[in-house]
Amino acid sequence: MKLAVYMDNHATTQVDPRVLDAMLPYFREEFGNAASRNHVFGWKAEEAVEKSRKQVAALIGAQPKEIIFTSGATESDNLAIKGVAEMYSERGKHIITCLTEHKAVLDCCKKLEKQGYRVTWLPVEPSGRIDLERLQAAITGETILITLMYANNETGVLHPVSEIGRIAHERGVLFHCDAVQAVGRVPVNVIDENIDLLSISAHKIYGPKGVGALYVRRRNPRVQLTAQMDGGGHERGMRSGTLNVPGIVGLGEACGICQREMAEETIRLKGLRDRLKARLEASLDEVYVNGTMEHRLPNNLSMSFAYVEGESLLMGINDVAVSSGSACTSATLEPSYVLKAMGAGDDLAHSSIRFGLGRFTTEEEVDYVAGRVTEVVRKLRELSPLYEMAREGVNLKNYQWTAEGQ
Amino acid sequence: MAYSDKVLDHYNNPRNAGSLDRNDPNVGTGMVGAPECGDVMKLQLKVNPESGVIEEARFKTFGCGSAIASSSLATEWLKGRTIEQALAIKNTDIVSELSLPPVKIHCSVLAEDAIRAAINDYKRKTAPGAEGR
Repeated sequence: MKLAVYMDNHATTQVDPRVLDAMLPYFREEFGNAASRNHVFGWKAEEAVEKSRKQVAALIGAQPKEIIFTSGATESDNLAIKGVAEMYSERGKHIITCLTEHKAVLDCCKKLEKQGYRVTWLPVEPSGRIDLERLQAAITGETILITLMYANNETGVLHPVSEIGRIAHERGVLFHCDAVQAVGRVPVNVIDENIDLLSISAHKIYGPKGVGALYVRRRNPRVQLTAQMDGGGHERGMRSGTLNVPGIVGLGEACGICQREMAEETIRLKGLRDRLKARLEASLDEVYVNGTMEHRLPNNLSMSFAYVEGESLLMGINDVAVSSGSACTSATLEPSYVLKAMGAGDDLAHSSIRFGLGRFTTEEEVDYVAGRVTEVVRKLRELSPLYEMAREGVNLKNYQWTAEGQ
Repeated sequence: MAYSDKVLDHYNNPRNAGSLDRNDPNVGTGMVGAPECGDVMKLQLKVNPESGVIEEARFKTFGCGSAIASSSLATEWLKGRTIEQALAIKNTDIVSELSLPPVKIHCSVLAEDAIRAAINDYKRKTAPGAEGR
């Protein structure tokens, strides 16, 4: 087994060698511009792009023409949210989203709020999912867009997307779904689930960084967007800029592999994830899964280790790459806003670790990680005044904490 | 984020981790921070009643590596000092010894607070008329 072990596949994934092989010719001999209409270099590039468009569309049940290539999911989110807001502002200026969305969505909505749009920020249940009745109640005649993610990037929790899509369509509101973590890992179908716009990223599904896509529905309803990038009118005028042909080929190949292998891969990843969970729960007391296990990505385990601070845990397992919901790692010193929104309590939010398994994760690695985490959690609990107090029977919730010394 | 070698050393080999008997009249206990802030430090010191010198110090910390290192270092520095000398330890001394980056300065502040809280507790216990408390 090679160290360090990579178990942070929600952050990014290793490019699948098959994806890289598909891309390489488009850096070398097939370097043409897909917009060059009058020579063979351009035709070859265009052909490759159109093949990718089909592969991406097939994975999500869309038509190839409904796929717009972008530089990644952040751009896709921006184009979807700002593009709809601008295009439909005369119909209404109300947008509905949720507190646990990715920053790319939250910050787009915040910007629109400053520009005079009204935004409803839905809370989540302790499970991590939104309450559909609250969503129903939030929709008004002014609502033009609901933007909710498919799967959360920290907890892997899946929103009830089919129900959200049904509600959106019944009420005549567009539904944008940031499906970066879900596409390629769970079956996604834009028709069955009534999704009007859907963001995809290549590097989360074993493709390259710097490329993504936005699905834009063309029928029932035909969604229109105001372009956020002006120029040569590429991608049906919605996203100008010379196409990143090698990247797009990589995204297409990555989608193709996911489509062929998802069923098998899901079983394998779920098995490994459940093994990791079982091992940690068997060797440590007071470990808590954040959010529901029932509706969750097969490769995710978000867990809080009571009485241990997340960053110190990461420091101890420095040969394992995972991520912490504790945010001593960021300059804000605020714990994960996702876990806080779920009502985890700040103390448990500070104690959380996100394990993201992936295509290249092995059973040996899972066992190694479980062992290392156990060892370091035990060591840090011996150092933890909270663990000591809990064992002495002190109720930590009622204790008078002094944020500063006397 | 990269940690300094000294922070890593204290994290990997914490000095004086553990607890002293908080009911011992010569032991002062300070507990500062809060779980929801992501940092709690418990610092204890035991004073020799004859000499007035701190002869033992212990810590337990819930917090990031820099918080653990700051409190571990504090216990090292406390041993052998009188109460007055202990009060002279400043958070800036900890920052420079451990090369803490700006985002971790609060860890050193907490360690200084913990020292003061422990000393205050000791003084309360040993003040005239404090018998039996």
